[in-house]
Amino acid sequence: MSEPVPAQPTWPDDIYRALKAAGVQQVCHVPDAGHARLIKSCEADNAMQTVTLTTEEEGVAMVCGAHLGGQRGVLLVQSSGVGNCINMLSLPSTCRMPFMMIVTMRGEYGEFNPWQNAMGLATEAVLTAMQVVCYRCDRPEDVGPTVANAARFTFEGGRPVAILLSQRLIGAKAFVNE
Amino acid sequence: MPSSAPTSSAAKPGLHRRPLVARLLEGRDDRLLVITGLGTPTYDAAAAGDDPRTFFLWGAMGGATMMGLGLALAQPDKRVLVLAGDGEMLMSVGSLATVAMKRPANLAVVVLDNEHFGETGMQPTPTHAGVDLAGMAAAAGWAKTLTARTEDDVAGLVEAARTTPGPVFAVAKILAEKLPFVLPPKDGAYLKDRFRQAVLGTV
Ligand SMILES: Cc1ncc(C[n+]2csc(CCOP(=O)(O)OP(=O)(O)O)c2C)c(N)n1
Repeated sequence: MSEPVPAQPTWPDDIYRALKAAGVQQVCHVPDAGHARLIKSCEADNAMQTVTLTTEEEGVAMVCGAHLGGQRGVLLVQSSGVGNCINMLSLPSTCRMPFMMIVTMRGEYGEFNPWQNAMGLATEAVLTAMQVVCYRCDRPEDVGPTVANAARFTFEGGRPVAILLSQRLIGAKAFVNE
Repeated sequence: MPSSAPTSSAAKPGLHRRPLVARLLEGRDDRLLVITGLGTPTYDAAAAGDDPRTFFLWGAMGGATMMGLGLALAQPDKRVLVLAGDGEMLMSVGSLATVAMKRPANLAVVVLDNEHFGETGMQPTPTHAGVDLAGMAAAAGWAKTLTARTEDDVAGLVEAARTTPGPVFAVAKILAEKLPFVLPPKDGAYLKDRFRQAVLGTV
């Protein structure tokens, strides 16, 4: 059984504020339920370009193109989408470009759907193998500061970074009819 | 089979890629930003002349068009031209939908379609069997699509690539030629830094 989580967690708003403070202007995603509230905030913001992708590696290339043009971008994905990105992650690491992705984790704490487990359990190892530094978040109060510091790390230091929002933080998907 | 029937794709009419790419880039100014897909398009652009405003991809296959989108959104007053092989474009066919949704007026993609994976030994690609990339882009809703097959089509192709409001998607049917390598710099950090220095005045 998963622990009860607040119906409306506010950490997605902390992410949005941290992205704004970091000057992020391009947001791309293949949606995950855990990112829904953040995506809504970004879409409502005229100073942000929000792009829905057909597959996650598109977003790696897009964020790198944004950097060539002097804008900051972020890629929002679910852990399964990290697998789709692997070879494209060679782009920011080879070119020493800043690159930030925010990953909602599946296949861990309280997962109901076994199809999520393989990629979810491999996510951090895969990112690390591709030279992406991982910052993990388990507690709501850590989310805003983690995004702010990850942004600083990558935009100042030119090394790719991923923020892993753990399933303990997000709450396991319910799979109940309402 | 009638004796006049083409026996290989090399016997089909088609454009020569090196002079074509030189024409596409001729007289370029500060407003033109170029991204080249890995393989022969990178060497074609290098043969036309090295330039800090050309970002040469040597890998990241399937990323050229989406890099072009991120760049076009960041630099709306510049023209962004992506030169991609047909293999490169086929690996990122989903980006036809993604770009169509954002409709960047300053983005043009030209596919140098030799109907083969030239870099890896001339294996035929799906365009060799008739898959119509320009038709796919048109169906996705790109503002302007075209296919250039002969010299007579080149002026229109150049205009579409350089000035027509986009997003523009153009296929240039080229010969499956194996040409000498002309290698641009390959250090990605250097290519990125000099591009940003030229465009933004800072790395
Ligand atoms: C992900 C990935 N798969 C395969 C390759 C090997 N590869 C390098 S270039 C290339 C084909 C390029 O073909 P195309 O884009 O049509 O360009 P051409 O050289 O024919 O102009 C391939 C398959 C690679 N570099 N990366």
